[in-house]
Amino acid sequence: MGILEVKNVNKRFGGLQALGDVNLSIAEHSVHAIIGPNGAGKSTLLNCLVGKLMPDTGSVLFDGQSVLGRKPYQINQMGISRVFQTPEIFGDLSVLENMMIPCFAKRDGSFGLNAMTNMLKDREIVERAEHMLEEMNMADKRHMHSASLSRGDKRRLEIGMCLSQEPRLLLLDEPTAGMARADTNNTIDLLKQIRDQRDITIVIIEHDMHVVFSLAERITVLAQGTPLVEDTPDKIKGHPKVREAYLGETQAA
Amino acid sequence: MLGLTKKDFTLFVVVIVMVALAPFLLNPFPQGSSLAQMFNAGYPDLMQRFVIFGILVIGFNILFGLTGYLSFGHAAFLGVGSYSAVWMFKLLGMNVIPGILLSMVVAGIFALAIGYVSLRRSGIYFSILTLAFAQMSYNLAYSVLGNPSSNFNLTNGETGLQLLLTDPRILGQSTTPDGSLPVTNFFGIAMRDSYELRLGDWLFTFNAGYYLCGIIMLISFYISIRIFRSPFGMMLRAVKSNQQRMNYTGLNTKPYTLAAFVISGVYAGLAGGLLSSMDPLAGAERMHWTASGEIVIMAILGGVGTLIGPILGAGFNEYFKNILSKINDSVLHQWLGFLPDGIEDFLVTIIHPFVGKGWHLTLGLLFMIVIIFLPGGLVEGGKRLGGMITGRTRRSAKAEAKQRNHPAE
Repeated sequence: MGILEVKNVNKRFGGLQALGDVNLSIAEHSVHAIIGPNGAGKSTLLNCLVGKLMPDTGSVLFDGQSVLGRKPYQINQMGISRVFQTPEIFGDLSVLENMMIPCFAKRDGSFGLNAMTNMLKDREIVERAEHMLEEMNMADKRHMHSASLSRGDKRRLEIGMCLSQEPRLLLLDEPTAGMARADTNNTIDLLKQIRDQRDITIVIIEHDMHVVFSLAERITVLAQGTPLVEDTPDKIKGHPKVREAYLGETQAA
Repeated sequence: MLGLTKKDFTLFVVVIVMVALAPFLLNPFPQGSSLAQMFNAGYPDLMQRFVIFGILVIGFNILFGLTGYLSFGHAAFLGVGSYSAVWMFKLLGMNVIPGILLSMVVAGIFALAIGYVSLRRSGIYFSILTLAFAQMSYNLAYSVLGNPSSNFNLTNGETGLQLLLTDPRILGQSTTPDGSLPVTNFFGIAMRDSYELRLGDWLFTFNAGYYLCGIIMLISFYISIRIFRSPFGMMLRAVKSNQQRMNYTGLNTKPYTLAAFVISGVYAGLAGGLLSSMDPLAGAERMHWTASGEIVIMAILGGVGTLIGPILGAGFNEYFKNILSKINDSVLHQWLGFLPDGIEDFLVTIIHPFVGKGWHLTLGLLFMIVIIFLPGGLVEGGKRLGGMITGRTRRSAKAEAKQRNHPAE
């Protein structure tokens, strides 16, 4: 059994069947990509996994436990971290503070009334945050206002914030959307490094085939809310159904 | 020092010195001169208001400055605190401590209830909900719970809650031996006791009530510095910055905002309790929505989200309110007497609506000027002045501010 089991998930928005009988099993320590044309239901599926949306029917099990009905922060505390399409960071805070917040969340849980200690004197947290910044090659930017980082750096910071919580499952929603080629390649390298060095499962939703084929071990193709095929990248490339639904369009273009 | 960084400690010491020496600092003109009548602020009544409203706005800043939740009903907690304290003076005795403690507890419970409901919404809806609750409290205090002929007269309506000779005061005395009302005291030191120091033409007043309020304000200020620098404070700033990221980082934003709301409610209750301790009379007008608005104005005037801003804003507002409302037509004629009669009368007519009863108008204009030219309040003004003195050009400061507001994408 995989670390994430999605069974018979359906989601309907009014007259639109956004997800129809989605079954998905994600093996632990793998990189699994979900691709599909616009409107295929990729983001809806992701939102069902993190507690933002509640499926109409079906079940989502993470490590044998249901995530349905839990709030996003509870699901995160179970060990699922999410990276957004546009980097979601704390823009008003410094880079170091950004990194400290998930460290506090990991150690102290979802709420702590720790109002009388100086946060910079909490050596354990500061060291963990600085260590993570070094790993992300951002140590020299630690006192910068995070809103003034470049797009690529914001993405690195966000990924670093997620990793500092040592999640078992990392969900990435189009991590290279709107990025220049150089930034995209940097992000691919970073993700490869994470895949090789960490004890982690990665699910990635992506439009950019270059990213998908350089990272993923398994690919699920979603079309009109239903999984079309699931296979290894090589087989997906040649699959006639996939060509028809997805790759065919890009080749024709 | 005291668990503060060097910079914060310096700031704290500066505030301690300012509070301690306020009777000197606020009385720069010799007694009896016309300038003293107008501009001296070193008398107990006004100094007490400075520090009490300082406490109120420090607390408000913990909510608004850190989390960005704009409460438009904080006067409700001020009012609740005032009533609680007066009830203590009526029932228990004239020592201010039980009154102050009860005002904090009751305001805290109020804030918990109002916050629990209001914090289900954010932004403008949150503000409107708090405003609605405050106006409800005001109306309850003004009429429903304040009918003098009913058996359950909690607030004494329009007249306001006041001490009576027939009050029980089980730990103290209902009346003094000479048949008048006892006065509020701190273990025997009457709040209105003052020591007057005469130096040449100058008269300085050191008032017991002011120093009690001052010490409590310093404690409040110290706690607020600690909160600002704590992990809890950082989480509150994170709430303001990006709630979505917080939720997906395993943090529950609700208890954080509720805790901030209750803390700031307790601060407001404390301020209310102190107002009653200085003058044991509580009226419903303290809960009126204009009073809530004034708190917001003071916070913004001083500089939202800064440590010292609330104190400056409260002081600025109270000081100008006091001066402007004292200026009347005869004072204006005296000032402009050197001009030819026609021009003098003309100018007096022009200025008349802005002073005396029209003080709101001038203060409103000052507020607009600050908002437009100094969005960061008086604190930003101070920083710019400091920057000019130390040689950093205004342009570079501006560019920096711009970069902060509009990040490069």
